[in-house]
Amino acid sequence: MENTSKRYWKGLEELRNDATFVKNANSEFANPDLSESSNDLEEGLLGGSNTQRRDFLKVMGFGMAAVSLAACETPVHKAIPYINKPEFTFPSISDYYASTFVEGGDYVSVLVETREGRPIKIEGNPSSTISKGKTTARAQASVLSLYDIDKLKGPKRGDADIDWDTADREILSQLNSVAAKGGAIRIVSSTILSPATKAVIADFVAKFPTARHIMYDANSVFGITQANQASFGKAVIPSYDFSKAQTIVSIGADFLGTWIAPIEYMGAYAKGRQVGAMAGGKKTMSRHYQFETGLSMTGANADYRTAIKPSQEGLVVAALYNKVAAKVGGGALSTPSVDVAHLDKAATDLANSRGKALVVSGSNDPNVQTIVNALNNLLGSYGTTIDINTPVNYRQGNDQQMNAFIDEVKGGRVGAAFFISANPVYDHPRGAELAEALPKVQLSVSFADRADETASLAKYITPAPHYLECWGDAEPKQGYFSLMQPAITLIFKTRQYQSSLLKWAGKPSDYQAYLKNYWRTTHYSQASGFSSFDAFWVKCLNDGVFEPNAGAASAGGTSFSGNVAQAAAAIAQRYKPTTGMELSLYEKVGVGSGAMANNPWLQELPDPVSKACWDNYACLSQKTAKDMGVAQNDMVTVTVNGKSVELPVLVQPGQADNTVSIAIGYGREKAGKSANGVGKNAFPFVSLTGGYATYSAFSAKVDKASGSHEIAQTQTHETVMGRKAVLQETVLAAYQKNAKAGRYEPKVQTSEGPVNPTDITLWNGYGKPNHSWGMVIDLNSCIGCGTCVVACNAENNIQVVGRKEVLRRREMHWMRIDRYYSSDADVEDYTALEVASANPEVTFQPMLCQHCSNAPCETVCPVLATTHSTEGLNQMTYNRCIGTRYCANNCPYKVRRFNWFKYFDNDNFDYHFNNDLGKMVINPDVTVRSRGVIEKCSFCVQRIQEGKLTAKKERRRLAPDEVQTACAQSCPTNAIIFGDLNNPESTVSKVVMAEQEGRAFHVLEEINVRPQISYLTKIRNKDEEPKDNKNAKQETPA
Amino acid sequence: MLIHSINIVHKMSRLYKLGGALILSLMLLVSSSQVRAQDAATAGGADAEKGKKLFTENCAACHAVTADKVVGPGLKGVESRTPGKDWLHKWIRNSSALIASGDQYANQVFNANGKVQMSSFPNLTDADIDGILAYIDQANKPAPAGAGDTSTAPAGGGQTASASGPSELFTFVLVALLIVMLLVLGVLLAIVSILSKAVSPATVEGAEVPSAFGQRLKTGLSNAFNNPTLRSIVIWLFLLVVAKETIDGAYGVGIQQGYAPKQPIAYSHKLHAGQYKIDCNYCHTGAQKGKNATIPAANICMNCHGVIKKESPEIQKIYTAIEENRPIEWVRVHNLPDLAYFNHAQHVNVGNVACQTCHGEIEKMEVVEARSSLTMGWCIDCHRRTDVNTKDNAYYDKLVALHRKESKEPLKVANIGGLECSKCHY
Repeated sequence: MENTSKRYWKGLEELRNDATFVKNANSEFANPDLSESSNDLEEGLLGGSNTQRRDFLKVMGFGMAAVSLAACETPVHKAIPYINKPEFTFPSISDYYASTFVEGGDYVSVLVETREGRPIKIEGNPSSTISKGKTTARAQASVLSLYDIDKLKGPKRGDADIDWDTADREILSQLNSVAAKGGAIRIVSSTILSPATKAVIADFVAKFPTARHIMYDANSVFGITQANQASFGKAVIPSYDFSKAQTIVSIGADFLGTWIAPIEYMGAYAKGRQVGAMAGGKKTMSRHYQFETGLSMTGANADYRTAIKPSQEGLVVAALYNKVAAKVGGGALSTPSVDVAHLDKAATDLANSRGKALVVSGSNDPNVQTIVNALNNLLGSYGTTIDINTPVNYRQGNDQQMNAFIDEVKGGRVGAAFFISANPVYDHPRGAELAEALPKVQLSVSFADRADETASLAKYITPAPHYLECWGDAEPKQGYFSLMQPAITLIFKTRQYQSSLLKWAGKPSDYQAYLKNYWRTTHYSQASGFSSFDAFWVKCLNDGVFEPNAGAASAGGTSFSGNVAQAAAAIAQRYKPTTGMELSLYEKVGVGSGAMANNPWLQELPDPVSKACWDNYACLSQKTAKDMGVAQNDMVTVTVNGKSVELPVLVQPGQADNTVSIAIGYGREKAGKSANGVGKNAFPFVSLTGGYATYSAFSAKVDKASGSHEIAQTQTHETVMGRKAVLQETVLAAYQKNAKAGRYEPKVQTSEGPVNPTDITLWNGYGKPNHSWGMVIDLNSCIGCGTCVVACNAENNIQVVGRKEVLRRREMHWMRIDRYYSSDADVEDYTALEVASANPEVTFQPMLCQHCSNAPCETVCPVLATTHSTEGLNQMTYNRCIGTRYCANNCPYKVRRFNWFKYFDNDNFDYHFNNDLGKMVINPDVTVRSRGVIEKCSFCVQRIQEGKLTAKKERRRLAPDEVQTACAQSCPTNAIIFGDLNNPESTVSKVVMAEQEGRAFHVLEEINVRPQISYLTKIRNKDEEPKDNKNAKQETPA
Repeated sequence: MLIHSINIVHKMSRLYKLGGALILSLMLLVSSSQVRAQDAATAGGADAEKGKKLFTENCAACHAVTADKVVGPGLKGVESRTPGKDWLHKWIRNSSALIASGDQYANQVFNANGKVQMSSFPNLTDADIDGILAYIDQANKPAPAGAGDTSTAPAGGGQTASASGPSELFTFVLVALLIVMLLVLGVLLAIVSILSKAVSPATVEGAEVPSAFGQRLKTGLSNAFNNPTLRSIVIWLFLLVVAKETIDGAYGVGIQQGYAPKQPIAYSHKLHAGQYKIDCNYCHTGAQKGKNATIPAANICMNCHGVIKKESPEIQKIYTAIEENRPIEWVRVHNLPDLAYFNHAQHVNVGNVACQTCHGEIEKMEVVEARSSLTMGWCIDCHRRTDVNTKDNAYYDKLVALHRKESKEPLKVANIGGLECSKCHY
């Protein structure tokens, strides 16, 4: 028996066996303790009175009786048909429109599922070679932002509502007066991916020659473009191909979560990491080193991870360069040496995989990036893993221009300022200065969809609609174009900012026509095989993308001409060892830089690593917290450069000692009901070093403050209860020798000797004659990003419960991604375990209803509300459920969720679903659950039924892989595969068949519940075997 | 307004059913037999009676028996103003032929009515038409024909109220009657006892006078009352009836079988689907494709009514809706609870189930009425009984082959998971 003494824990609470943890672990459903001060929701619900549960029930009982008598009257329902039905739209049948999700520089080519003209779900667009039919959590959640009631309903002058004619007239007259005086006109935006929009801005600039367009990014990578300017003469970001890299070294770049374009990198990275049946029998995988301060999602996936302080970042890059140069030939840099773990090993691996290596850095320091360029050049990465001749446009911000703009505004030298999807008052480090100076500008106009921090200070707000209401295009990568088309008519009286700019520039304001014309003149010539432009246009609208460059070999060579010595000198000067606290700022996978903060799905999406939601916090290592005498949830004051914020402490294993990590994107004040007051704004901590935004500080002060603030974490809500067969993992070398390495195969003792648990059973089982719906989850591919969780929320109308309810462990997510820290220390040696937890290995395990064939939940339901189908589904019938929760108690996987409230229509849960606009996002095929019932993953049974019906209507069998669950469909790394196990042609059955005697295992196999979900063992590309494998103790079988 | 008032009546009757289970238990037995008796009373009669039936079936959609114009002209005195019965026979059986033949009066009528063609009724015999004419005459005679008043109402107009009204009204009236009867009984008993008291002193004097009827009744009743067996039988019967009525009442909550609300436009399925045999799918375009059969959009109505009967006030409502761009708000007749998923395409397209299986003889309904209970039991029952339409459908091939191995019986919906929860609930 292998790998059975390794100990996993979900949080330090579990490891330490804290009293509260044990209490919570033993009661899955927390009963609110009314004496606690934090329970004001309960008080709110009961009107603040001293009503106790019994009184409440009495009142409820009377109310129920009264209501049921009154309900005897059947209300009159109306059935309202179209006046003029669109020819190809049928009620209850989804239409899909190809469009493009763009939020700042984030890009995903999407298909928008609409029902009766309202978008309800975002799917990936398989026609795109960039996003490859996959999505991100933010793209999935974006549909909810469409129905955000906090958005503006029309243009505004200050606080007053005005109509568009007035707005146009007034803005134009002021614009003309500014232009007549020769006053500077500035258009400030975040990265604009749209070439047509840039043409619109150029037209505007042509009309008003004093106008200038300034782009900036809240999460700037300006240092990379400038380094590439110095190194290759091109101020661009190159394309990175993680799938071609054998050795990946990332120094502080969270490329799977937030760095530049995770949508591209996630899939490519996973491709390089997949082994076995998932990758056509391949038995090799890339090796990933990560050097970083806080434990990021990318770091959690690394084979070797080293915690470094921000002040070591430049030195690590330089030292790595020196070590590689020593091996492959090249001059050494004169930088101080730095002693961090795994650096030699990384250098050796890099040198050994020349031409198949990739080094990336998250630093915004051009000197660091120059060394990274030199290192990649040394390793022959250009032309293999990096393509500088096909640059990407995801980040085009120029920190220096933006800085100069703020100086201009302060100096009163700006006559008119326009803000396009930009909120610098909130997300620029000098936001406070701008806020003070902005009123000095004669004409300030914001195109924001809400009166956000910047827009509320502007003289006019001319709101632009959501991207799902817009025409547009995007060029995320040179030669890869993408179209955006409206999936719904304008909800409010908004106007696309392009139309506004065109109108003010005295041009026809029809942006759709402008866009079409732009494509006619720019792209039509590149296309071939179309009889007319209209045919080309219709094809592009249908496909959503036009990619003349796709598949083309990169043109042009690269010659590195960076000044390495100068960069090294700058690094040596800037990066010096410190003894005090250092600060590192990071982005969370869900909320990002905060532009979409008012999206409750994103707020409630737990951070992949900390599993905290609805907050940002100060991450401290266990040792640092102990040294400071603070514990989890204690408030601390973080001070950098005289600016300070108070935040609760989150003790984060893997955090570098003497560092504090804080997420940006929180602390919004004017974003809307869901985001306002959630967390604290960390943007003021961003400094501008030499004109480059720096997301760290080498000198920070962290002081214990009074009070505490409980962080809502989902991580400790369920435990593995000491069971050994939940996670199964091994290292690559062991896997190559034995495909079953790391597998735990339990045996049960019988009178005839030990047998497999599946060989003995009490149950007759269910036949699955037609379909047998099943799933495979590859732990090697899962990177923990949470896209599946948001996709599931959107597809299945899953309620948002808010911070306070998450604190009571009442989140409703049907699928969660369990994050396990593990340690190589001996399971008996608790002291050693604690040391090891300073930088633990991390495993992500998506956990959802396993659809057991011998389901423990079914046998305990007193009312047969949960039953088994002949297609392998464990069915949940809400209208039969009486809420005993026996099923949840008996579920070994803890995947059943209980509705404590009627979350919809309840103003205590003000998360878009208590108003008619927000409810438009609801999937009409899925019941909206009411209070008092259990719910859980249904394997998207509505999609199964729909797929079967389509096949039946066409008088055919279902095609393999025709039906996809929301999670499997959205997964950017193909970690989740769903399909019919009875169909030998389906991917899922092929993988299960191939891995049956390999990596496939069932979680908790020994209890013989026979799940329909198989997991594939996690393989780490490490040299050493897990410690307990080496001295594995022979345990007697249970 | 009318819908509202019907619902109030509806609600009150429900309350009665639940609240006064005792009274109702007796009442309902009586009322249902009363209603049946009423229905029977209208059957039989002479030519005019048959004519009335034919009139309502064929003519009432477009004509009134009075002089009022509906779609076609009012028919009061039609016999006297037209060239005669023979002409009418020809005209009714095939008006277009008569117009084409160049008949002067026929063309005159045609032109006078906006050149809207009258439908042909080749099935009507001379006797039938005479019967109709007799009925028209009779309806316009002043005195005893109370029936004339109701039939003069525009087709469909007030019929909803009268269709659903009687049984509700009867319940009401009968409850009131019962109360009155009980009161009368009480008073009578009181009188009897007072009288017997008044009589009894005389009996003392007169001795040996045969015991009064009242006295005997009184002893008989008190004996019966004191008999424990009889008493418990009565109590048990009473409790059982109350229990049954309560349970029946509770089961009835939310069931709308027989619900036939008045619609904003008096659209007749009987005319369109029955008489003109327009295919259901022509208007209900979604039935083959998706979950909703869909109520036709106004543009579908306009396919025909762009030329036919444009001036009808009912059809003018569609024109108004289009002009004002305000959709027609039909009253939903079949209200399946949200917790149950039902897909028309599965049943109509895949299962080849006739519309009438669930909706009843819709082609005979002037006003659409919910004929099925739409309860889960009703669904399940059908799934147990119905053979799967596996013919030429490759989807079912595997299931059919598996089933043949196990059973000689035809493959029922229940055999392929038709009773599983998540077929309908998710």
